[in-house]
Amino acid sequence: MKTKFTTDTKLESEIAYFENINLKLQSGDIIDSFKLAFKTYGKLNADKTNAILVCHALTGDQYVAGNNPITGREGWWSRMVGPNKPIDTNKFFVICSNVLGGCAGSTGPKELQNGSDVAYGGNFPSVTIKDIVKAQSLLVESLNIERLFSVIGGSMGAMQALQWAIDFPDKILNIIHIAGALKHSAQNIAFHEVGRQAIMSDPIWKNGKYFENDEVPERGLSVARMIAHITYLSENAMHRKFGRKLQSRDIISFGFDADFQVESYLRYQGKSFVERFDANSYLYLTRAMDYFDYDETFRKKIEFSQNPNNHLKYLIVSFTSDWLFPTIESKMIVNQLNSLSREVSFLEIDTDKGHDSFLLEEPQLDCVIKGFLKNNFAKIDE
Amino acid sequence: MNKINSIRKDWSLIETLIAEDRKILDIGCGDGGLMEQLENNRNAITHGIELNRDLAANAIARGFNVVHGNAELDLSQYSNNSFDYVILSQTLQAMMKPKDILSELLRIGSKAIVSFPNFGHWKIRLQLLISGKMPVTESLPYTWYDTPNIHFFTIKDFLNLCNEMNIVIEKSIGLTSKGKQFDISESVTGVNFFTHEAIFLLSYKNFEPIKIKSSKKVFAKNSVIAN
Repeated sequence: MKTKFTTDTKLESEIAYFENINLKLQSGDIIDSFKLAFKTYGKLNADKTNAILVCHALTGDQYVAGNNPITGREGWWSRMVGPNKPIDTNKFFVICSNVLGGCAGSTGPKELQNGSDVAYGGNFPSVTIKDIVKAQSLLVESLNIERLFSVIGGSMGAMQALQWAIDFPDKILNIIHIAGALKHSAQNIAFHEVGRQAIMSDPIWKNGKYFENDEVPERGLSVARMIAHITYLSENAMHRKFGRKLQSRDIISFGFDADFQVESYLRYQGKSFVERFDANSYLYLTRAMDYFDYDETFRKKIEFSQNPNNHLKYLIVSFTSDWLFPTIESKMIVNQLNSLSREVSFLEIDTDKGHDSFLLEEPQLDCVIKGFLKNNFAKIDE
Repeated sequence: MNKINSIRKDWSLIETLIAEDRKILDIGCGDGGLMEQLENNRNAITHGIELNRDLAANAIARGFNVVHGNAELDLSQYSNNSFDYVILSQTLQAMMKPKDILSELLRIGSKAIVSFPNFGHWKIRLQLLISGKMPVTESLPYTWYDTPNIHFFTIKDFLNLCNEMNIVIEKSIGLTSKGKQFDISESVTGVNFFTHEAIFLLSYKNFEPIKIKSSKKVFAKNSVIAN
């Protein structure tokens, strides 16, 4: 396999081109060529044993740390990844790529179809978490890394980490799976469906062809983001942050302005999301999450795909106030791994910050990730 | 002996009961102290369960395989005979259903190691006899209303339970309150009186296969009690 690499200065990203590779997707569709935008941090050691793949969540991107040129803000996990941070780039070589189907430089609905000057839009094939991980594995291979030390992710990133354990157990040593599940639950699919309906009922969406007139279905996409954002928080966190406080006023307006701070906050979240995320990508990636389901099959996949002597380690973390991916879902993974006596660690962190906790200040999460990586790396480094 | 020394002593005795290169589950593993010792000195593969969130987090951060959970609810997820040894160090008296736990230990592990403070020790008997109040000692340092220890039992009680459950005591070590070590099975008199802490290596009785002859086939059945 020959992969071409370039640097996109505008995106401040490396781009890997996989040409005429005929990537077969789970749906049966084939993408003959595709590209992945990625960033790396730290240095790969001589033995190539210190590589960590960080997988981003639904609306994340490759800018895990440092500057994000699209938003002009810091990377989405800069509190976790960097020199002397829990995922220490003085020690580890960290790779983060924008997922297949994403909109930050990797092949997705926003990009031009192969050999044409029209974007994919709704013609983009359906992608799954399995397809996303397959594409990532080709990137890792093309970087000449035989085995990743760790694959780490929260939420949709956790799904990818689990998929790595299922599909490529021999190419990784451990996974850190945060706020994830074996399946996307009915409730989660329901929330995604509301978000998608918001986008698709925006008249500007036009069956995904809004880009032809240089338009964006802003209303639909921002409503989708507002709904999703509620699911990332918890009632307690929302109450603590906003309560019933009014926004820029002393008395209620008896109208439909954003009287309350929580309304104003959600409107802001929706508005700023529209500036950085593609509506079609949102449709495709929410669908990829919905299709994720190893509820019935995980145990068998792990039992038969792995040699028990393969000491693949699992760190599973959940949060008490996460109602989108509740602890019970993480425990199902832990139960099944324990029933096969795999090397699994599990921690439920006590916090009121909801599903988003993995992106926020949680000292116990930092401490566990830092120690888990450091001490398990010391074991292979001996 | 103070509490820490007594735990260290407990660990080093547990270590003597364990062969090299075995797979071990430590229930109530704390921050992984015993696991570390067994990995270093016995080349063991260790797993742990810990109820306390902060201790479990510390153990994981130290690189051990530890599941934050409740042994009384979570042991059922492990498969039969998936460990060589299952260790329950100084915790049986704090369990809601000690008998169920004991049978779980021997379902999951080929062998179980159980250590506990002996409620039949003469100091405890004397305290209760003289003061008429629930005893408070070095190994049972809590007042009755805030103790995690909800099932008190003596060596005699434990031996009776093992007998009832068809559990074989392979080895037994007693410690006096001064830390003197002896073999419980070889001491005839006063064991239940002088043993301050006891450590047992347990397994299930291995019954001879029962052979049922029929005209066509010979059935072999191992009648070991599994649950």
